[in-house]
Amino acid sequence: MQGIYLDNNATTQVDPAVVETMLPYFSEQYGNPSSMHMFGNKVGFAIKKARKQIQYLLGAAYESEIIFTSCGSESDSTAILSAIKAQPQRKEIITTVVEHPAVLALCEHLEKEGYLVHYLKVDNKGRLDLEKYRSLLSDRVAIVSVMWANNETGTLYPVEEMAELAHQAGVMFHTDAVQAVGKIPIDLKSSNIDMLSLSGHKLHAPKGIGVLYLRRGVRFRPLLRGGHQERGRRAGTENTAAIIGLGKAAELAMEHMEYENTFVAAMRDRLEQGILDAVPYCFSTGDKDNRLPNTANIAFEYIEGEAILMLLNKVGIAASSGSACTSGSLEPSHVMRAMNIPFTAAHGTVRFSLSRYNKMEEIERVIAAVPPIVAQLRKLSPYWDDQGPVDVPEKTFAPRYS
Amino acid sequence: MGLIMWDYSDTVKEHFYNPRNAGEVENANAIGDVGSLSCGDALRLTLRINPQTEIIEEAGFQTFGCGSAIASSSALTEIIKGMTLDNALQVSNQDIADYLDGLPPEKMHCSVMGREALQAAIANYRGEEWKDGHEEGALVCKCFAVDAVLIEDTIRANNLKTVEDVAHYTKAGGGCTSCHEGIEEILAKVLAEKGEKFDPKAASRAEIEITMQKSPREMSELQRMRRIETVIESLRPQIQADHGDIELVKVLGNKVFVNMTGACSNCQIAGMTLSGIQQRMIEALGEFILVLPASELAHMQAAGE
Repeated sequence: MQGIYLDNNATTQVDPAVVETMLPYFSEQYGNPSSMHMFGNKVGFAIKKARKQIQYLLGAAYESEIIFTSCGSESDSTAILSAIKAQPQRKEIITTVVEHPAVLALCEHLEKEGYLVHYLKVDNKGRLDLEKYRSLLSDRVAIVSVMWANNETGTLYPVEEMAELAHQAGVMFHTDAVQAVGKIPIDLKSSNIDMLSLSGHKLHAPKGIGVLYLRRGVRFRPLLRGGHQERGRRAGTENTAAIIGLGKAAELAMEHMEYENTFVAAMRDRLEQGILDAVPYCFSTGDKDNRLPNTANIAFEYIEGEAILMLLNKVGIAASSGSACTSGSLEPSHVMRAMNIPFTAAHGTVRFSLSRYNKMEEIERVIAAVPPIVAQLRKLSPYWDDQGPVDVPEKTFAPRYS
Repeated sequence: MGLIMWDYSDTVKEHFYNPRNAGEVENANAIGDVGSLSCGDALRLTLRINPQTEIIEEAGFQTFGCGSAIASSSALTEIIKGMTLDNALQVSNQDIADYLDGLPPEKMHCSVMGREALQAAIANYRGEEWKDGHEEGALVCKCFAVDAVLIEDTIRANNLKTVEDVAHYTKAGGGCTSCHEGIEEILAKVLAEKGEKFDPKAASRAEIEITMQKSPREMSELQRMRRIETVIESLRPQIQADHGDIELVKVLGNKVFVNMTGACSNCQIAGMTLSGIQQRMIEALGEFILVLPASELAHMQAAGE
């Protein structure tokens, strides 16, 4: 049975055209791009082309604003650490409670080093309070870092507006756009975004390649020093094949941008509505009116996410969950908790994230597969009584919590 | 977001896909509800116990939880059916994990929940109050499944100062050592409560005790031998609990040769266990001791040492 892959926010299949573009740079043009000889003399041009392809996808003003890194996390760390090193007198950071751990864990670490980090809260749909944000901007703030799109719910954040406000207050603005790039149109030259992180493997390029967009003129301090690569802003021999692959992936993403926002969005909507119609006691999380075209996150009440994933996997469907158990942590996803989703639902959240490779026929198969799986697990659940949640007071399940 | 597909044993998967004894037992006379909803597990265990024989005739479970929580519940009911209450109370979480051919370290708490539900159900049958003494923290050491609460409590109770101390007392950090940053943070936090600062260069408890003890020369050869035996004997229950055993083979100067058997012998943790024994030996004898596997003895003799 052919598997159905609905976990594209975790990572994506490398597009076959990307693989083809990369191959010669493993076996023929494997020279160091810094070398003069025939094994490397075409590599420099190919990297330049890739840089332009990414510039075009991001709508950046200059190709030199594109810095290749090893991953999205490196780009995030580089951006935030650069801002605080370049402005040592500024001891505050503004971010949100729903960021990816690449930003959150770094901020928590910086708190131990004496930084004051403001974590903007979200409402029950995952939306930010911009008035609160405005009130926190000051010349004590080194950097604002807000994700463009949330990885779990797909909720979009008004980063262009927030960057404008930061700009007016004289504060640097970074966005972790790992989930947004390639899925929604972006035009950085008409924004006030100073830095942006992206990750290749989220848009059908390979793993191990990322980009930090750095607006021309923004004060910068490199994370890795040692070489002239990337104009001295990121030392280390270029991951040439992956850079060239990412360029091709950026070109393909641009070509498919409309398809992503029409056909992929339509498949996502059909999937979500189909499941909500067929399964009682489940609901979508996040801001349905303002989200990525490919993501649906559904909370199935009274059952646990990992168990759902295991049964989905058994019938060849790949998705992911915000439950504690799937991550090996003791608590459900911080994004679900931030939105005040009750524990009995937060543990049962399942994220379906689509790509342009999915077919409507697959979506129909998933819609058919989900209801019996949910029913099977609810039969085992102490919170569930035949047709609905236990509501007889003396039968209500209220365990002693340890 | 969860990206991990656990490396579950086939037995865990089998019990998850085809759980035994799911649902509530009819005419149950014992019920145990336990759980930790924040960590996503909750379990109701119902039992029908024969009042004359105190034998568990039927056991059923309802579980809100992950694959291994459901499999652990299923395994528990299979294990205890037909047991007397007293025997059932002897069932440990390790027994449940063993029945399932092992659980990943992050998932051991699922088997703990099963054992607690059993204790709660038996207490319920006997009209007793069941107290849950178990508080769980975030998992720090993945090699030995040690959580933050256990580490904190052990540091406080034993006045520990170094990462080495923590490894000796809890095993945490004694494997791959990746969690040492986390252990240092816990040490810093607990020491700060007493107004002390964590010092990475502080002497470990073992080193302090050596300097405090009298010189080894004042001990007779027989006394020394007895002490070595005492250390081995005192550690055996712990090793046996991990399904292994240890015996003293020979003492040559400062080298103590031991034989590890059972689960320990091919376990990758054997080296770690030996270094733990060595530390205890050094503490007890007040001199430097090298604890080596008996196989080394053969090598050394072959090399004419």
